Amino acid sequence: MPEVIPENSVGIVTPEVVQFDEPLTLACGRTLEQYQLVIETYGELNADASNAILICHALSGHHHAAGYHSASDRKPGWWDNHIGPGKPFDTNRFFVVSLNNLGGCHGSTGPTSINPQTGQPWGPDFPPLRVRDWVESQVRLSDRLGIRQWAAIVGGSLGGMQVMRWALEHPERLRHAVVIASAMKLSAQNIAFNEIARNAIRSDPAYGDGHYLERQAVPRTGLGLARMIGHITYLSDELMGNKFGRELRSGSFQRGQDNPIEFQVESYLHYQGDAFANAFDANTYLLMTKALDYFDLAREYNNDPVEAFRHALCDFLVVSFSTDWRFAPERSREIVEALIAANKNVCYAAIDSQLGHDAFLLPNERYEQILTAYMNRIEREGPAR
Amino acid sequence: MTTRNDLDIIQQWIEPGSRVLDLGCGDGTLLQMLKGQKGVEGYGLEIDPDKITACIGNGVNVVETNLDEGLSQFADKSFDSVVMTQALQVMRYPHLVLDEMLRVGKECVITFPNFGNWRARFYLLTRGRMPVTKQLTYQWYDTPNIHFCTVEDFEALCAEKRLQVLHREFVAARVPDRQIKGIWPNLFSDTAIYHLSK
Repeated sequence: MPEVIPENSVGIVTPEVVQFDEPLTLACGRTLEQYQLVIETYGELNADASNAILICHALSGHHHAAGYHSASDRKPGWWDNHIGPGKPFDTNRFFVVSLNNLGGCHGSTGPTSINPQTGQPWGPDFPPLRVRDWVESQVRLSDRLGIRQWAAIVGGSLGGMQVMRWALEHPERLRHAVVIASAMKLSAQNIAFNEIARNAIRSDPAYGDGHYLERQAVPRTGLGLARMIGHITYLSDELMGNKFGRELRSGSFQRGQDNPIEFQVESYLHYQGDAFANAFDANTYLLMTKALDYFDLAREYNNDPVEAFRHALCDFLVVSFSTDWRFAPERSREIVEALIAANKNVCYAAIDSQLGHDAFLLPNERYEQILTAYMNRIEREGPAR
Repeated sequence: MTTRNDLDIIQQWIEPGSRVLDLGCGDGTLLQMLKGQKGVEGYGLEIDPDKITACIGNGVNVVETNLDEGLSQFADKSFDSVVMTQALQVMRYPHLVLDEMLRVGKECVITFPNFGNWRARFYLLTRGRMPVTKQLTYQWYDTPNIHFCTVEDFEALCAEKRLQVLHREFVAARVPDRQIKGIWPNLFSDTAIYHLSK
């Protein structure tokens, strides 16, 4: 619990549920008759609705990006470092919207919601989603909030993929795209890691046919294992070395002694796995990783990213982190090169960090300076374009 | 150091509305000027974090890049002009950078400090030490300028590579150099500005 809520925090925030009754046809061809999205907003929308920023979350993110739900919260929202008064996404100047994506497990309609046709949780029967489905649902959210054009849409990792899809599919509805530690498509190695994670979930006996919620079961082992694998790929070798090295949590290296030893890194991974298994839904994890795997920005543009980006009208900021091997700097450079070839305005910063992919979530002076400089420019240029 | 005067000279050789790549674009002053006055679509490459942040704040397209790694990411003739001001001498392989500039661009504009200037010659002649001047303020051991050349050296390189010199201008900041630089540019100019094509 924070002793006192810091001055540069958005403070206590309350999520809102937004109900949509107009059917949404998904990329898979199926239709969701109705659905809800849970959102949080920070700051004030100005009179001409020109200061709105949409935050798109990554694989395991949600709507709670900043502030605290109650004074007894141990931790603030997942991007509290960057959202708040005087922070890069300055809530004194911008109206920031964050949501839990469709298919999520934090309040938006997803596998843990009740399927109106059966009266039971959707579970594995929830329609498969693609990044474009999230974008379509976010477009409807924009309409509901009265935001004709976002000043910026921002996202890291899978969130960056949503930002790029927005820029191609609804070019007139955003002025700036901020794409952080992302890629135009996953590599085979990325997909391979995701498949191991999915396999861990599916092979947990508690997962069974996927309708574990009806049996009041949770595939905790599988989900924890999935998270452990994911977590390794979010950190750099360097960081793991510095943070854990070969330090022991228990036991000893004493010769002749047979007490089992546990390395600090093992303990850390178990903790991360357990925490995640208690907070996340296995079917949602399967759904989200599939959306990530299938994302391919340029597939329907003759596999030509330049042709794809020609459809965009916004300006771009692209950011990568040096030790990120899950979404390596090369992937960001590919985005930048395609944007330049498509004659789009783009700025690119390659930030030095030993924190791996996770760096996009964490404090870093240069990262904050860059975001601040870009947001200042957005404010200065305003909506007249 | 690039002066306003240098920028004015460069500007006259850039076609309105063209695509320009600025190698070592600094805080984006030249690109901002070219955008405002010539309506160019410009991109800058820079490696210095503070200058990159300045470009981002100024609304200048900047791409964090180590120029010593080449320009292989850009297709042949993908820019109308490739510009490099006061950076040739910090490159590891200036001649290869020149090749790359004229592969990626149809034309290029290069400015560099003229090490043949009489003040540098005089300094070396009288003191027997590497020149430290108002324009070139570093000591030999901490200078980023690892490949100095004179106007004559650069002319020789252009001839060797059979490059076409479309324009050449020479700049001298001080009197009397400014008045007489035209007589003997290699002796009296402190900055040379070349407009080249293949």
